[in-house]
Formats: sequence, C-alpha cells, structure tokens
Amino acid sequence: MKAARIAALLLFAAAACGCSRVEPWVKPYERENIADPIMAWDRDPVSSSYMRHVYEAREGARGALGASGGGCGCN
Amino acid sequence: MKKTSAFPVAALLAALAAFAWPAAATDGAVPAPAFTLASRAGGEVSLADLKGQVVMINFWASWCGPCRKEFPALDQIYAKYKPMGFTLVAINVESEKADAEKFLATTPASFPILFDPDNRVSGSYGVSAMPTTVLVDRQGRVRWQHRAYKPGDEAKYIEQIRAALREPA
Amino acid sequence: MQLTRAAVVALALLPLPAAAAVLPEDRADLLYHYYDGGGVTIDGPSVLVRKKFAEKYGVSANYYVDMVSSASIDVITTASPYTETRTQYGVGFEYLRNKVTYSAAFSNSSENDYEADTATLAISQDMFGDLTSVSLFFTRGWDDVTRRGDATFADEIDRRIYGVDISQVATKNMVLGLSYETITEEGFLNNPYRQVRYLDPDAARGFSFEPERYPRTRTGNALSLRARYFLPYRAAIQGDYRFYTDTWDILAHTAEVSYTHPLDEEWTFDVRYRYYTQDAAEFYSDLFPRSDFQNFLARDKELSTMTSHTLGFGVAYEFKSPRITFLKRSSLNLRYDRMRFEYDDFRDATATGFAPGTEPFYSFDADVIRFFFSGWF
Repeated sequence: MKAARIAALLLFAAAACGCSRVEPWVKPYERENIADPIMAWDRDPVSSSYMRHVYEAREGARGALGASGGGCGCN
Repeated sequence: MKKTSAFPVAALLAALAAFAWPAAATDGAVPAPAFTLASRAGGEVSLADLKGQVVMINFWASWCGPCRKEFPALDQIYAKYKPMGFTLVAINVESEKADAEKFLATTPASFPILFDPDNRVSGSYGVSAMPTTVLVDRQGRVRWQHRAYKPGDEAKYIEQIRAALREPA
Repeated sequence: MQLTRAAVVALALLPLPAAAAVLPEDRADLLYHYYDGGGVTIDGPSVLVRKKFAEKYGVSANYYVDMVSSASIDVITTASPYTETRTQYGVGFEYLRNKVTYSAAFSNSSENDYEADTATLAISQDMFGDLTSVSLFFTRGWDDVTRRGDATFADEIDRRIYGVDISQVATKNMVLGLSYETITEEGFLNNPYRQVRYLDPDAARGFSFEPERYPRTRTGNALSLRARYFLPYRAAIQGDYRFYTDTWDILAHTAEVSYTHPLDEEWTFDVRYRYYTQDAAEFYSDLFPRSDFQNFLARDKELSTMTSHTLGFGVAYEFKSPRITFLKRSSLNLRYDRMRFEYDDFRDATATGFAPGTEPFYSFDADVIRFFFSGWF
C-alpha cells in the first residue's frame, strides 16, 4: 500500500506542477485524420452493444470493451 | 495497511480539477504575426493590406463540428459590421482543399476564405483549439483570442468587435 | 429464461460518452438483430434515439427485444425447447460543462423469470491539449431471479462495476485506448434450470443429473488495450487485446483485428476477426465422479475451457434522402458475423453409443446478422 501512496503523491505533484499546460504534440489543426469518422472507436453503438451482449451471454469474460475520446479535439 | 486514507482520492480529484480548460485566453497587445495566404476568391490576401480595419481571424476546418456550426454566426457578424471598417478572414487549416470546398458548397460564406495548408500561420498564432478566433485591432495588434465555440459565443465576439471599432486607427 | 443475467453485465445499451469536449451527434438507429446457432434462434429490434440541447445537455433512450426460440444443447439435454421474450428499456442523460461530461444511465430488462435494473454514473474529461480523454464509471445492478413453475423460489443478485477508459491520441494518424474494469457480483449467480452431470452406474445411460451449485460471489477484472491507425489512402485498421481473470479461476484472452475501408463518399466496408480463449472455472466439470462431489458444481459450457472464432463483414451505404429532409444524413447497414465455438471439456451428453465421459466434445457455429438504418438530424 506504500507504493500506492507514493503513486498518488506523484500524480498529485504532476498535476500541481501544471501539466495541464503540456504542449500537445499533435496540434488541433493537425487532427484531420483523427477526426475522420472512420477513426471513431465505435461508429455504430447499437450494433456493437448488441455484439457485446452476444459475447457476454456465451463467454465467461466480460467488460473492458468501452472506448472514449479520440475525435476532433474541438472545444 | 488497514487505515484507508482519503488522500489518494483527494489527490486524484485535485489532478482532475487542475486540468480544467478555460474557454477564452487573456489578451495581449502584441503585433499580430504577418501572413500572406491564397484566397478562395483568387489571388492572395496579406494581413498588412487590412491594416486600418478591425480584423477577426477565424481558424477553422471542415472536420471540426463546432467550426461548421460557427459559420452562419460569422456570416451575420460580417454582414453587419463590414460597413463600419471591419473584416473577417476565415483561415482553413486543412492540408487539401477538397473537403473545405465540399462544405462551402452547402454552407456558403460571404467573408474571405484563406488557405493555410502547411499550417505555418496556425503555428505562428499558437492555435491551440479548433476553432480559434483572434481579434486584431486597427493598428495590427492582437487584442483578444477565443478558443473553441459554443452557440452563444458570438455575443462575446460582437462585444469585442464593437470595442475595437470605437478605437482610432 | 435467465437471458437477462448474461445481458446486464453488458451495461445499458447506451454507450459511455465519447469525446468529452463535444456531445455526440443527434441520431436515431433502428436495428434488426438475428442470431442462429447451437439450436438457438434469437431475433428482435433495437431502437436508439439520441438528442442534445444547446450543446450542453444530451438525452438518449433505447428499446430492445430478444425473441428467443431455444433448443440449445443445455436445454435438450435436461429439458425441452421453449420460446420466450426479453424486453429492455434504457434512458441516459449527459451534461457537458467546460471539458467534462457527466452522465447517468438507467436500464431495465425484463423476462418472465428474470428482472434486472441497472444504473450507471460516469464522468469523462479531456486533458493534455485534448489528446487524452479519461472516463470513470460506476454501475450498480439489482437482479431478481425467479423460476418458472416454482412459485417458492426467489433470489437476487447485487452487482457493482467500476471502470476506467483512457483514450490517447498518439500521432496524427493513431489513437490508443486502454480500459480497465472490475465486476463484483453477489447473490444467486447460477441458473435455476441448469444441471450438472455425475457418474451413476445405476442410471440407464451411466450418468444422472443434479442441480448446479455456484459460489454466491464472483469478482472479475478485465484489462484491454487497443490501437486504431489511419492509413494514408483513407482506411483504418485496429487491433484489440483483452485480458480477463476472476475469482472463479477463469482466465481469458481476447484478440481482435479489424479493417475499415471507405469507397468514395457512400460505401464503407468492414472486416474483422476475433479470437477468444478461456480456461475453465475452478468448480467446473463435464462429468463429476459421484453425486454431491464437492462444494460447488458447474457444468455450464460458458465456464468451460473453450475457444471462439468470429469472422465478420459489414457494409454501410450513406446517403442524403431528399424526401426525409430533417435527416442531415442517413445510412443503411448490414453486418454479418460467423462464429465458431469449440469446447475442450464440455461434451455432447445427447450423443448416444458412448460410455459416459467419452462423448465427443461439443462445438457449434452461429450466424449473427444486424441490419440497421441510422439517421442523423
């Protein structure tokens, strides 16, 4: 548990030092390809959530299939 | 250890809070970086040519949803304030024109559209969000920047434009 | 029967908020799903509508039905074929402020012997110049389990899921993703109809059945990594890997590769291959040496040592309908998957002419079809 405390402290220090102002190495105006609809993790949420249900009903493993972010970086 | 501490949770929450992003940057009276870019209407447009007018520069791309949403508002602002010594240039940052042309075919704009395919102008203006709107006063200095766009932000644009229009050249 | 238990761990049909800085687009999806494999046929509709207001608030709702006709290996081994319907409703709310999206979702799934309610809270934020997106979510589930034909039986499951998703723009052409989820369930975790098999010299076929008995708790952990890469001629390729382990000693690996290829502005093609393998649960056996052999007994093929392969194809046609003017764009989609399930320690107990424990291992193929219309407004 001591390791967890140290990790939390490091995370806090990283945040406090202003890492929110890390310069993005991919500029917002360079995100054309990332913003392309074919680069979305999940273009058809209704279809993929159905497939998730098909697998979880027949296999022992579950979870960790969600995805977020990517996108255009707008706003 | 048996004792649970709120510290790691507090640290994580503080870290998340520290990453909040302000919507508008502070202004500074630095000279606006010069540029000369190809215009969609043909020929080239330089920032130097526009000195004496209040210039609003909007960096946009057709793949950026908020940029597309902003266009009608920009069109209205351009139409209203152009007679008073105001101009608006929309700099497209995409590497090829095809997607921008497709968008403009369905959403026409009356203001000048310029192309910055190698992103040199975007870099010199420190564009850090899409869209970015910069206000340059009559003396060619950057007075105000606005990152991102939400419906309603155009009211802030108008406020800054009117203040800049009141100033002498 | 008991379809819901398997379904609810898949959360609501409402996915987590995507990019935290912008709410997802308004859309409506109408889907028809069809599954046929292993003696089971399930089909039905799935409808999703999503709308945002003032770029700050988002609402979504979905309706989903499974119409089941089952003569699966489990069913025909110890019971008789049946038909059934499961209905699921869900609603979701999103609130976007600065770069943070707060969301809440609720869903209810109902069939004649299973009722499940699920609530999810999530918070999602973009950081590091919008290159990183982090989501945290918590799901709570409450299931009521009953048994058809037995009014005295009633039990519950209490479920808690904690998860984190991180999405990272790595280069101009590549996005990376990492997800971690921990699922804890407490209560009646088995199936009130399913039986285990044990050697019984007195029985006609050499074996008999008795009800299965599971632990009343199960905690699982899943970790997945994925990468999606933009190919210069405009296509995308993706690789996924997931590792899963739980307190029942199930260890599973999932790997998937997929390729998306758009053709001009209207057609998009997808192809994917998925591989899955798992080790059996600690208390699983296809044939126990005698009755009441150990504390916990399971013969659910879902908990056996198994492998599954999936090959999938998809085609989408995007168009702007001149007649339906309020839709900015629409698409018609067809997706087909062919699955193969192979079991290494689950045998086909309906096979005759074999000594107990020497029947062939079971396997089956399945066809899964999704045909759907999506409209953006």
